[in-house]
Amino acid sequence: MTERLFEGADWDFQTLQRITDACEEVALKHLGLDVYPNQIEVITAEQMLDAYSSVGMPLFYKHWSFGKHFAFHEASYRKGLMGLAYEIVINSSPCISYLMEENTATMQTLVIAHAAFGHNHFFKNNYLFKQWTDAEGILDYLDFAKNYVMQCEERYGRIEVERTLDAAHALMSHGIDRYPGKKKLDLRAEEKRAGRRRQHEEEVFNDLWRTVPTGKSKSRSTLSIERRRKLLGLPQENLLYFLEKSAPRLAPWQRELLRIVRHIAQYFYPQSQTKVMNEGTATYVHYRIMTRLHQQGRITDGNFLEFLGSHTNVVFQPEFDDQRFSGFNPYALGFAMMQDIERIVTNPEDEDREWFPDIAGQGDVMGVLRDVWANYRDESFIGQFLSPKLMRHFRMFHLHDDPEERAGIRVDAIHDERGFRRVRRELARQHDVGFIDANIEVVDVDLSGDRRLILHHHVIKGSQLNETDAKRVLQHLADLWTYDVALIEVDANDKVLREYVVSPRPIPAAVA
Amino acid sequence: MPIHIIDRRLNPGGKSLENRQRFLRRAKSLVQGAVKKTSQERDIKDVLEGGEVTIPLDGMHEPRFRREGGTRDMVLPGNKKFVEGDYLQRQGQGSAKDSGPGEGDSEDAFRFVLSRDEFVDLFLDDLELPDLAKRKIAQTESEGIQRAGYTTSGSPANISVSRTVKLALARRIALRRPRKEEVEELEAEIAACTDEDERAELVARLEKLIAKTKRIPFIDPLDIRYRRYEKVPRPVAQAVMFCLMDVSGSMSEHMKDLAKRFYMLLYVFLKRRYKHVEIVFIRHTDRAEEVDEQTFFYGPASGGTLVSSALQAMHEIVRERFNPSDWNIYAAQASDGDNSYSDGELTGLLLTEKILPVCQFFAYLEVGESGGSAFDLSDSSLWTLYERLRNSGAPLSMRKVSERSEIFPVFHDLFQRRDTAQEKAAP
Repeated sequence: MTERLFEGADWDFQTLQRITDACEEVALKHLGLDVYPNQIEVITAEQMLDAYSSVGMPLFYKHWSFGKHFAFHEASYRKGLMGLAYEIVINSSPCISYLMEENTATMQTLVIAHAAFGHNHFFKNNYLFKQWTDAEGILDYLDFAKNYVMQCEERYGRIEVERTLDAAHALMSHGIDRYPGKKKLDLRAEEKRAGRRRQHEEEVFNDLWRTVPTGKSKSRSTLSIERRRKLLGLPQENLLYFLEKSAPRLAPWQRELLRIVRHIAQYFYPQSQTKVMNEGTATYVHYRIMTRLHQQGRITDGNFLEFLGSHTNVVFQPEFDDQRFSGFNPYALGFAMMQDIERIVTNPEDEDREWFPDIAGQGDVMGVLRDVWANYRDESFIGQFLSPKLMRHFRMFHLHDDPEERAGIRVDAIHDERGFRRVRRELARQHDVGFIDANIEVVDVDLSGDRRLILHHHVIKGSQLNETDAKRVLQHLADLWTYDVALIEVDANDKVLREYVVSPRPIPAAVA
Repeated sequence: MPIHIIDRRLNPGGKSLENRQRFLRRAKSLVQGAVKKTSQERDIKDVLEGGEVTIPLDGMHEPRFRREGGTRDMVLPGNKKFVEGDYLQRQGQGSAKDSGPGEGDSEDAFRFVLSRDEFVDLFLDDLELPDLAKRKIAQTESEGIQRAGYTTSGSPANISVSRTVKLALARRIALRRPRKEEVEELEAEIAACTDEDERAELVARLEKLIAKTKRIPFIDPLDIRYRRYEKVPRPVAQAVMFCLMDVSGSMSEHMKDLAKRFYMLLYVFLKRRYKHVEIVFIRHTDRAEEVDEQTFFYGPASGGTLVSSALQAMHEIVRERFNPSDWNIYAAQASDGDNSYSDGELTGLLLTEKILPVCQFFAYLEVGESGGSAFDLSDSSLWTLYERLRNSGAPLSMRKVSERSEIFPVFHDLFQRRDTAQEKAAP
């Protein structure tokens, strides 16, 4: 009989060490996970609130919007409207997990298994994270970003910097490369690059050059439209990237700020695409580890029941007509799907053999799961692995709400033979980020004329932009572009539905 | 694989403080509006406790491109009775309809908690005593600390390392303390030396050198210098505020309540914003007395009304204790406006001759019954008198209050920071 990890609810740092060692043993040997080195930090509720307001990161540049979030979270936490997360985990190497000090020993075990091994494995192995994030560099980069913003505030004034950051934040969701680029992001090199560039600027600065007359520049109007668009890299859906590279009147430091915001948005991009998978993986892993520890007799029955209690809360899925319903719970759906895959791999029914010929009865649960975790994102994961059995279990149905339809909302498909594929496809689409975010791209710049920037919003299913918000964001965009900006909403047949034109606000102080 | 477990609980908190301050600075006008609105509904004591405010989210909105409307498709869990092709009524099926997945945060108002200090600061932010620049600067009331060179004695915390090392270096050079290199050189020479005599001589030199090194320490207590701090007097403008309150029988409970609220606010404002303001409480019926704070706010009293008695009392106190050439003098008077007929002339005389010439600012608050529409019709005797004085150019400010909720605006109005000394037009 192995020794118990702990008794009761109390823990100290030796206990945490024992727990982590035990979890690690199960995770690496029994489940065959592959993780970044772990760093576990114990924090207080106040520190957790701090972390909340800076999108979970341990350090971040200063901006009023984080203060707003902090005030908001603090108020709702104080009133008891909101509980705090048990942990926060950061996709970095070493992988940092924050544990709340209030957690009981059982909860700490759960959280360590969940974050330090479940999420950690996912971060290290999923293709999206490999492609888009640089776990080793992120903390250094954030440190650099923080200092850079601070220096900019000293050099160019807080208001100026705030204005640029406000604009960049408004465009953050459109500052992402969606398709793999030429090279992997290397945040450490980024940091050095920025330093070098500034140094170079200072070295070569010579005020005399400003006064040297320049010859007439070649007329650009001779360029053909095609050529012009190609030179500017159009069409471009990464608005921040476009501004950084092509906005005519931005100061170098402003471009660098846009770049920082863009890099950070890119860093979080995989997380938004893998919510179900990421939480599903972590929940499945903690469930396996906890069960294993209990089997080994290292956790008492009482503690295991406590664990089951919170586990059940986490994976609770209210039904659509329940007051508590607010969409699919990624923990519930993810965990159910992982368990379902386990079932299909070990104990398939005829239906499963028909739907999943590749994995049904294949036998190696962890092998299959590790492969799934590495190579899918939510959309493709649901599109391929949501089984009819699970659709029946959740009693899923598909509603089609067409405002033109007088009769009401149509039930398009339900969990039956005829509907399985349609329900699954629709649920997969709901988890497709490319489908959720508005599809906006820069299509042209009238360089020979009034330098108006022209954007298109490709409207899908008649869903147009919220007017007030769109105007405000465009105002920010125009301020950065410094000339007029036009946004045209077109439908699939290129019919213009609506057009916005916004002019930049005058800049109060001259920008260096 | 090594696992690091770190206790961060002892790290300094308040990491978000800076961001919070930025947010408050940005939302200042909104928050200030909210603070004023909140404070109208509250007791004065509660005002000081800080608390929750709500500001419209609009000004602090962070816009994003958001899509809305159009055809929507959604997959939901928990089907009970629907089959394919059914139609659901739009209104009836509330939850299925409005809670589509992926809706962002859409609070239209933003609630959050301000700390006590934040609240009071914002509340009092744009208030000040008018014209507080006057006259002789007071004796050393406040002391500030300032660096002032070095000293040979002091507390270890104040040791100036750089200065100490510098002096030590100078002393070592002056006394020709052998350097380490010299000793090493000599030792090397000894090691290399073959001649016995020369060697003995070298060893003797080395011993001498070492002895000298020991005699002259690296750092001597003589070298040690401490940073010296000096206390410097900071000039402080002195001010005194006279609170004159009518507690006569004609004042109803409601009126007294209004007056007390006003003074409470004034008291809080002065105590918080000005360290060196004296407050003198005078209450009067047909005779006036100087009382302490406790009696002023809570003591019962009743009787007839003679306003001049209060002014007389104030005048005497000024003469005894507050020389007008040294003090900025302010007064705030609250009354229902009734005064015995015979007293009017004396009051006017006292004010014009004695009080107003020495005052920087004189605020008069007339309290009335709640819902006092009749109150506006005919001006009270005191009001008529003061209005005449004001029109002739006296530094006098007057307001009428009949509802509790008017106290805060009126107070703000009276003590609003003014760019010019010019008094804003009164109602």
